[in-house]
Amino acid sequence: MNCQPTGASPPLVRLRELSVHFGAVQALRNVSLDVRRGDFIALVGANGSGKTTLLRALHGMLRHQGSRELADASLVQAMVFQRPFVMRLSVVNNLRLALWLARVPRAEWAGRAALALRRVGMAELGERPARALSGGQQQRLALARAWAIQPQILFLDEPTASLDPSAKKDVEALLAGFAADGMTMVMSTHNLGQAKRLARRVVYLDQGEIQRDLPTEAFFGERGSARIDQFLKGEMAWQLES
Amino acid sequence: MSAFAESGRTAVDLIVHADPVLLHTVGLSLSVSGTATLLAAGLGLALGAWLAVARFPGHRLAALVLNTLLALPSVVVGLVVYLLLSRSGPLGSWGILFTPTAMVVAQTILVLPVVAALTRQLVGDSLRDGGDQLRSMGAGPLSCALLMLVHDRWAVLTVLIAAFGRAIAEVGAVMVVGGNIDGITRVMTTSIALETSKGDLPLAMALGIVLLAVVGVVNIGIGMTQRGHGSALAGVR
Repeated sequence: MNCQPTGASPPLVRLRELSVHFGAVQALRNVSLDVRRGDFIALVGANGSGKTTLLRALHGMLRHQGSRELADASLVQAMVFQRPFVMRLSVVNNLRLALWLARVPRAEWAGRAALALRRVGMAELGERPARALSGGQQQRLALARAWAIQPQILFLDEPTASLDPSAKKDVEALLAGFAADGMTMVMSTHNLGQAKRLARRVVYLDQGEIQRDLPTEAFFGERGSARIDQFLKGEMAWQLES
Repeated sequence: MSAFAESGRTAVDLIVHADPVLLHTVGLSLSVSGTATLLAAGLGLALGAWLAVARFPGHRLAALVLNTLLALPSVVVGLVVYLLLSRSGPLGSWGILFTPTAMVVAQTILVLPVVAALTRQLVGDSLRDGGDQLRSMGAGPLSCALLMLVHDRWAVLTVLIAAFGRAIAEVGAVMVVGGNIDGITRVMTTSIALETSKGDLPLAMALGIVLLAVVGVVNIGIGMTQRGHGSALAGVR
């Protein structure tokens, strides 16, 4: 059952019958999904269900069969990974690098970098070597790096999976703030509590296929599929609280 | 033991008295090997970075050949360069055989595979770590590889130290293309070979000690730079 919202705005990204193979393994099977402006979608599912592959396919990082259409060819996208890769440069130079790669005019670098650092609460850490930051700070830097290029859509691959509870809370607060600002986000997560707290829509994947695509409340209120029940029961007990 | 002691004393004497012949020989060694390392760095870093990201038919074979060239015998390089630069060779008109320039050419060819192969490995490892993330930020494959050279700049420096070490310690190539001409193309290693052939083993050993000392001083300088960087990092943790 796929109940994609039918808003008036055209989807920023539209997948139709998209499949991805890694050698003999089919990681995604005939996936169709619309990501609309202002969406905050949580991709949930067991390990190996295809969440990360779907994120990468949405971002255009994978070879695939089927179609992937963008609302605008110049759509600005950013992605934050579970373990952020930061260069052995200062924090602010990591931001400048992201702005350079995103082809932002040089005149805007200083202003955007300062704003981004303020946005993630790291204004005073600009000159620090990025590799000397804690895991939580590096993830906040990754979010600042993404935010600085003002993406129309932000992909997040289990952004809090390797963080301690305090850092996790900080990152969740930032994501909630981004969502409140209207940023479109798609996030894969194992943490159903996090999906419930943050997302407006939940997409449940199983063995590379989308099994459910529902508004968050409807997803968590729904029963009827043995596998989803099993998935929810197996994880809700310990993850809803975290 | 007396031979070792005598070698040590001779080495100290040569250094303390700043023997002009020794100074010239050391200077020539450093300039030839330093120039060759810089040239090999320019070519090898680019080649290694490119090979780390390029995918073309024969890519694996190219990597295999490059790794095999790590074992390139210096005397073979000397012979090839000699044949190219000799009067009857295709580059004979350059007239640089038995000059320091020919020695630079030979050593550049010798250490180029060292720089390129180690750089390919280094960049490849880093790309596995962060390549996807740089690509997701908009970097093309070659940009990713070049950014990894910046990211791994201290490891790159170690690669260049290894290349310089290979260049300054080799004797075969510079002997063949330089000719070991006193005051013109005589470097530390060819001096050592000459004194050994003359039977003056203590002097040969002493020159070896001086050679190691010179390379040691270069490495200390580079090490201090690296340590300085490390302390700066530690200071802000």
